[in-house]
Amino acid sequence: MSHLRGFYLLVAAALLLPLIFPDNYYVTVVGVTAALHAILAVSLNLLMGYAGQISLGHAGFFGIGAYASAILTTRYGWNPWPAMLFGLVLTGVVAFTLGRPILRLKGHYLAMATLGLGIIINILLVQTGSLTGGPDGLGGIPTLSLFGWAVDSDLRWYTVIVSVLLAVVWLVLNIINSRSGRALRALHGSEVAAEMMGINTTTTKTGVFVLAALIASLAGSLFAHQQAFVSPDSFSFFFSIELVTMVVLGGMASTYGAIMGAIILTFLPELLVVFEDFEVLIFGAILMSMMIFLPQGLFVGMQKLWRRVATEESRRGAA
Amino acid sequence: MFDQILQFILTGITVGATYALVALGFAIIYNASDVVNFSQGEFVMLGAMSTIALSAGNGLPLWLAAACSVAMVICVGLMLQRFAIAPARGASVVTTIIITIGASIFLRGLALLLWGKDIFGMPHFSGEVPLRIGEATLLPQNLWVMGGASVLVLGVHYFFNHTTHGKAILACSCNRTAAHLVGINVGMMMLIAYGLSALLGSLAGILVAPITFTSYDAGVMLGLKGFSAAILGGMGNPMGAVAGGLLLGLIESLAAGLISSGYKDAIGFVILLLVLFFRPSGLFGKASAERV
Repeated sequence: MSHLRGFYLLVAAALLLPLIFPDNYYVTVVGVTAALHAILAVSLNLLMGYAGQISLGHAGFFGIGAYASAILTTRYGWNPWPAMLFGLVLTGVVAFTLGRPILRLKGHYLAMATLGLGIIINILLVQTGSLTGGPDGLGGIPTLSLFGWAVDSDLRWYTVIVSVLLAVVWLVLNIINSRSGRALRALHGSEVAAEMMGINTTTTKTGVFVLAALIASLAGSLFAHQQAFVSPDSFSFFFSIELVTMVVLGGMASTYGAIMGAIILTFLPELLVVFEDFEVLIFGAILMSMMIFLPQGLFVGMQKLWRRVATEESRRGAA
Repeated sequence: MFDQILQFILTGITVGATYALVALGFAIIYNASDVVNFSQGEFVMLGAMSTIALSAGNGLPLWLAAACSVAMVICVGLMLQRFAIAPARGASVVTTIIITIGASIFLRGLALLLWGKDIFGMPHFSGEVPLRIGEATLLPQNLWVMGGASVLVLGVHYFFNHTTHGKAILACSCNRTAAHLVGINVGMMMLIAYGLSALLGSLAGILVAPITFTSYDAGVMLGLKGFSAAILGGMGNPMGAVAGGLLLGLIESLAAGLISSGYKDAIGFVILLLVLFFRPSGLFGKASAERV
């Protein structure tokens, strides 16, 4: 169970924070957004970090989930849970049908295809105004309720979204540590070598693409119900890039790194008031400098530093 | 109906000429250094925005402002190569993609900081009296765009086929080590390729700005369209990229006119996806086998 050690720390932190600060804005409001971003970053990292397949259109799947929930509950009076399930099925179908031809592509072509897919989804959201409300968005989305327990306060939303985050992290950690996880890393290293070892690379890649899309769709549904309002801006190309920035900042191929990246990039604009004007500039600078100077990301960088300090200490202790 | 279609075609060729220049810039950098420069669109935006800032803000005559801003954008291109691309040499494709996306967002952020979110216009180069071709109209600026693009494309063609530096860049793209061994200054050639690409982008931006207006985020879509055009025509083939640009401009203009203007951008990307699925080497590119 050693691969879950970090997970227990995460659970402890998630439980303790609201107990110590039950009414803190940074825990129950910004914290919820950070957790939602973390869900997305963890799912994107599964694709980018472990399988080595870049996606510049992840916000598109987030958008499909959010709009499925929003449209079905407000316009057709569905219960939120079947609406969420419908969003998941729709996302699954889209990701599965497009995933196979898209993932045959590599490098720049893959980047461009996923980017194009994300932009097409965004344009559809803007243009089908009679259904989606167009650029003005869609409001009045009802909140979730579970066996009569309505999710109607910040603290309750914290409970729901952080629980989902923990479930997703647990799932992803177990996948990575399984046979399919090793298959993913193998094809990251070399697709040809992976195929020689008997891994069906197409199925593996499509599988992880669909899984990442499903998690993003689930996050989208939660986002729609939590905000009670959706608009196409939240699912734009720029948000896809923001997600990539989170993954890259924390460190590709590290689930905790992705969570860390999501938390840092959600809190930065809150903490620095001047940040607003510089937001775009800083994102760009982070992306460039991380890739040039610390391509493994902050989390792995810190781990290495810590290990180096630890060995220095033990060496000094021995001498 | 015929006049309408003629009008769409004329508009399409103008837009397509801009895409062609952006696509050509993509193809040059891709061939020279195997990097897809996602900040190509920002060169276009920076060219237009800084020309406007210099001419309207500082009162320089338009031609002088344009020349200064082209020089400035070339410097940006050189700095991009020197400080962002060169240090990450040998990195994976994903890494270089993220670096150039980072550069693109950085430049956009800089433009936002300098000039705000307003939309700017630029005076037309030679009046706004439309020329009539049948029932269709053509602004003199459209001719500037088409003419300017043709001159630049021919210039690039000449550069790569008939000058020593152009051939040296092609040699680097074939085999870097071999090029180095025969005495080609590879680092210098990379700088020239990025400078040339920035030059093409900024001039495209200046030529088209009087028609389309410009703002800090105008480069995003143009860059993506240019990239689509380059893929459509075939990344390895600069003149294919030009043809791809014209084709994309035409298709978009016709689709916007005949189907719906709201879906114009979506149609461009749907075509891109179809090309990627069925003919990833592009319409005019040679199919290539991948080396393992």
